[in-house]
Amino acid sequence: MTSWIVPYLWLIPAAPLAVSLLILSLANSRRTAAAALAITGQIVALVLAVLAFVPTLQQPGWRAFHNFTWFTFGQNALRLGWVLDPLTAAMLLMITFVGLWIFVFSIGYMAGDKNFSRFFAYLSFFSAAMLGLVIANSLLLLFVAWELVGLASYLLIGFWIHKPSAAAAAKKAFITTRIGDIGLFIGLLWLYRSSGTLLFYDGGKGCLENAGLLALGASATFVALLVFCGAVGKSGQFPLHVWLPDAMEGPTPVSALIHAATMVAAGVFLVARVYPIFSLGGIAGVTPSLTVVVWIGVITALMAALIGIAQFDIKRILAYSTVSQLGLMMVSLGVGGVAAGIMHLLAHGFFKALLFLGSGSVIHGCDEEQDIRKMGGLRGAMPVTFFTYAIGMMALSGVPLFFSGAWTKEEILDATTHWPRSHLPHYLMMAGVVLTAIYMTRQMIYVFFGHRRAASEHARESPPVMTIPLIVLAICSIILSVVLTPAWPWLHDYLLGEPAHFQIAQLIQPMLLVSFALVAVGVGLGLLVYRKAAVTDPLAQVQPALFRFLENKMWLDELYARTVIALARMAARTSDLMDRYFWDGLVRAVGGLGQIFGIFSTTFDERAINARVDGGASGTRGLGRFLSARHSGQIQTYLAAVAVGMLALLLLYAWLA
Amino acid sequence: MITALIFLPLVGALFIGVVRENQARGLALGFNALTAIVAFALWRNFDTAAAGVQLMERHAWIPAIGAEYVVAIDGLSLLLVFLTSLIFPFAFFAQRMGRGFCALMLVMQSALYGTFTAQNFVLWFLFYEMSLIPAFLLIKIWGGENLDRAATKFFVYTFLGSVAMLLSFLGIYFARGTFDFAALAALGKTGLLAGKIAWLAFAGIFLGLAVKVPLFPFHTWLPDAYETAPVGVSMVLTGVLSKMGVYGFVRLLLPLFPHQIKIVGPWLLGLAVCSIVFASLAAWAQSDLKRMVAYLSINHLGYCMLGLFALTASATRPLLEMEAALSGVFIQIFNHGITAAALFYFVGLLEQRRGLRGLDDFGGLMQRTPLLCGWMSVAMFSSLGLPGLNGFIGEFLIFKGSFAVAASFTAVAVIGLLVTAIVFMRAMQALFSGRLSENCSAFPDLLRSEKLVVVPVTLVMFAIGIAPQFVLNIFNTTVVHMARLFS
Repeated sequence: MTSWIVPYLWLIPAAPLAVSLLILSLANSRRTAAAALAITGQIVALVLAVLAFVPTLQQPGWRAFHNFTWFTFGQNALRLGWVLDPLTAAMLLMITFVGLWIFVFSIGYMAGDKNFSRFFAYLSFFSAAMLGLVIANSLLLLFVAWELVGLASYLLIGFWIHKPSAAAAAKKAFITTRIGDIGLFIGLLWLYRSSGTLLFYDGGKGCLENAGLLALGASATFVALLVFCGAVGKSGQFPLHVWLPDAMEGPTPVSALIHAATMVAAGVFLVARVYPIFSLGGIAGVTPSLTVVVWIGVITALMAALIGIAQFDIKRILAYSTVSQLGLMMVSLGVGGVAAGIMHLLAHGFFKALLFLGSGSVIHGCDEEQDIRKMGGLRGAMPVTFFTYAIGMMALSGVPLFFSGAWTKEEILDATTHWPRSHLPHYLMMAGVVLTAIYMTRQMIYVFFGHRRAASEHARESPPVMTIPLIVLAICSIILSVVLTPAWPWLHDYLLGEPAHFQIAQLIQPMLLVSFALVAVGVGLGLLVYRKAAVTDPLAQVQPALFRFLENKMWLDELYARTVIALARMAARTSDLMDRYFWDGLVRAVGGLGQIFGIFSTTFDERAINARVDGGASGTRGLGRFLSARHSGQIQTYLAAVAVGMLALLLLYAWLA
Repeated sequence: MITALIFLPLVGALFIGVVRENQARGLALGFNALTAIVAFALWRNFDTAAAGVQLMERHAWIPAIGAEYVVAIDGLSLLLVFLTSLIFPFAFFAQRMGRGFCALMLVMQSALYGTFTAQNFVLWFLFYEMSLIPAFLLIKIWGGENLDRAATKFFVYTFLGSVAMLLSFLGIYFARGTFDFAALAALGKTGLLAGKIAWLAFAGIFLGLAVKVPLFPFHTWLPDAYETAPVGVSMVLTGVLSKMGVYGFVRLLLPLFPHQIKIVGPWLLGLAVCSIVFASLAAWAQSDLKRMVAYLSINHLGYCMLGLFALTASATRPLLEMEAALSGVFIQIFNHGITAAALFYFVGLLEQRRGLRGLDDFGGLMQRTPLLCGWMSVAMFSSLGLPGLNGFIGEFLIFKGSFAVAASFTAVAVIGLLVTAIVFMRAMQALFSGRLSENCSAFPDLLRSEKLVVVPVTLVMFAIGIAPQFVLNIFNTTVVHMARLFS
């Protein structure tokens, strides 16, 4: 049960990586070459991903891996490897395909940038790291790729480095995610210690296989929670979500690729990958670690959806939407719906990339304006953008039957009903669906309907290099539904490793009707409230205090700045002051003591031997020596002290022996 | 051959007397090329599969006091010889220097080769002290602000440590009658000394080495010394001299006093963790780039100390974890040498261009000098332990080993990784981003001569980060041997 491609899986990330290095070595002015190279690299990766996908269809639950020794320390080998299974194959396809269209879109979007080439180098580097992350068959290799995607994210958020806000956002993203990564790193060490290996699959000896899990035993809960810390950071879960909205400082294609479709989903992917550790020893699928996952997901999903309602920046609304959807995926994983969560991840990758690129097209058309209050009426001016955006919006809100997001959301809602612990997540996630429909309706009305406002007066449609990716992604957001429906739950069963059967009678589930009702309520409410969108938000007119609370992101940034960050800064300053004054002061005090000791011994000499000769002068001379010793010749006095100390120690030796 | 290695730089220092001021650096580099060839030849003759020291040269010297001229190398010594041979030319490239400067540097180089190869305490101590005096003079004569205070502090601090160490060894000699490292290590297994004297001797040696490393709270000389020293000297101080302390711990303290170390183990681990956490926090609070890098140096050597103490202080000593920690410490020694020296080199480049080196004296450099920023970022990311670069390998192995035997200490130490990231993120933001500062608008980007220095060093960082086996091969057998010895 293997395939020729498994040992060569590394070629998939290697292609964009090589391209990235090649572009960096080119002159900055070779713009066409840079773009062509980047897209070629991405196409190569896509073709290889398709080739890798084929063998996974052979039989349900197919899995193959290839391990090798990275290096030997002492007599021990540290092994890494890659794995190919349905989860990897599906992720590879999504990343390379969505990535390719985002690359194409970037040609148009970044056309005016003077660091065009460097942008494509970074983008390719990101793609390589992300692909490496999903093929990793070792938590260590995954961690390596995990950190590298973090680096790529840092470089791309701060791409417009001359903007102080971009540099600050990049820094914030790197540090915030690193807080989570510290947890992941400790989890990794713990896992290594307990199960003796970091390989996921190793012919029965891997840490996700029976022997490894047996060795892990009771510490699984701690390992799982520590690993989850990493996921919380990367996937923008509460309380580490604060970096993701700020990350929108990066160019819009970056937001689409990294901060919507792929990298932020890495946390969800990680939980799915090491799911056996999370679910180890569970009763009816409930473990303490999974319960934590559920509640963190619930909090994140609702909080972000609420904040999303009160934002005015077109990209920030989408950013909060992403946070919210990632929370939903976490809930799904937590309640046991692994396949549902990953399905939503994949579908979300398509339609959220579409929405971000659409917003990029809008921003491009409105001369870099991002405030939705200054837009309006773009429906006529940007028809392609409008239609594709509408499809993305409906997919995200979960309008039933035709849109991929609807089927996956239905699947998740269905999974939450089966969670034995509590039904609260189920109802809260239903509320989340309504909220999503509301904020997306609000955004649509502000941007595309009503009359034109300041920034949208001269708006015109973007060039084909930007609109074609929109059309492709929009079509994908619809036709992906084919493999998602309960009538033929192919993707669901593919991910779970079960054979899929076609049963048309299963198409309409009760949950479908429920979610239809929820979306109708949401869109209806949205239309009702925002039909007369004005510069002052209707919600702000009714509930100004609540609106300000949400608009300011629940003041979490301010809260962090005044607590955790202030405390850490204080610790840093204290460490510095302790060093300068306390420890160094102690050293100087010891030195001073040595000096005084030296003076005493000299004065003793003076008095014992010289006292009778020049008795009267000795006091003055002693004082003189004291003063002169203070001002110069420090070394000598120190050495004198040393000599005395040596004498004292030798006496001590003699006494002890 | 080892003797040739040790004395070549000394000969070079003598030759410097006959050349002109502006030829001195060239001559020093020439002699460095010669030592590099000798180091390479050593490696060719070195049997990586053999345990224990090799290529020994032994001559009678002062038999009356048990002093012999014995030099030999094992994997660790060879690694440090390589490091010395790498950092010194790097430092010579870092700044202009005249005859006196070059001569002192070469004397120091010779002393370092001696320290890393000597197998008899008297000889070792001679070299150990011989490295101290040139360092003192280099700071005292060519240093920056506060040079008197920094130089004196450096000298007295380390000299005091040395005296304590000397006394301890005298005590050991009177009791046991040998200065030979191998003989002492063999005695160490059963207990070198008895009763209170053992503790006194332990404390003396510990103090000497802890100052040299430096280990918290014996570190306050370091920020002043590194800040004041000329760039080339700072590079050597952090790249090689600080390794003498770690080397001493591995070669002397751990084999000689296993019993004592086990008893005070938790305290030592605590000090290592303090080194890691407080030094990184203090680095965060610095506004002077050199001082910042100096503090991070303490932090990184703290990881080495964590690994060493974890593997000797714990009651249970699984061989696997000990080998991981030891390998991690050794590779970290090498990595830190390269990375920290590179960071000082870059700070030197910035200082040459600007005349100042405060964090706030720069801004928006990415627009003016993208290459300088790019390559400097690589060194910074290497220092903060980004996978794919050299720093990660050492830190991972150290943490892997120490977490298994001292989980709670390690978990606290990991905070250091976070704070280091904050420190560098802050520095990069201040230096590279935002509007181009007016004072920096005339900066040249990396010159060709600078590129020739930067690129090879950075390639070494990548090579170790991606395929570290070639470095590990140097000392794998030594690690296995030592791990058995300690367990």
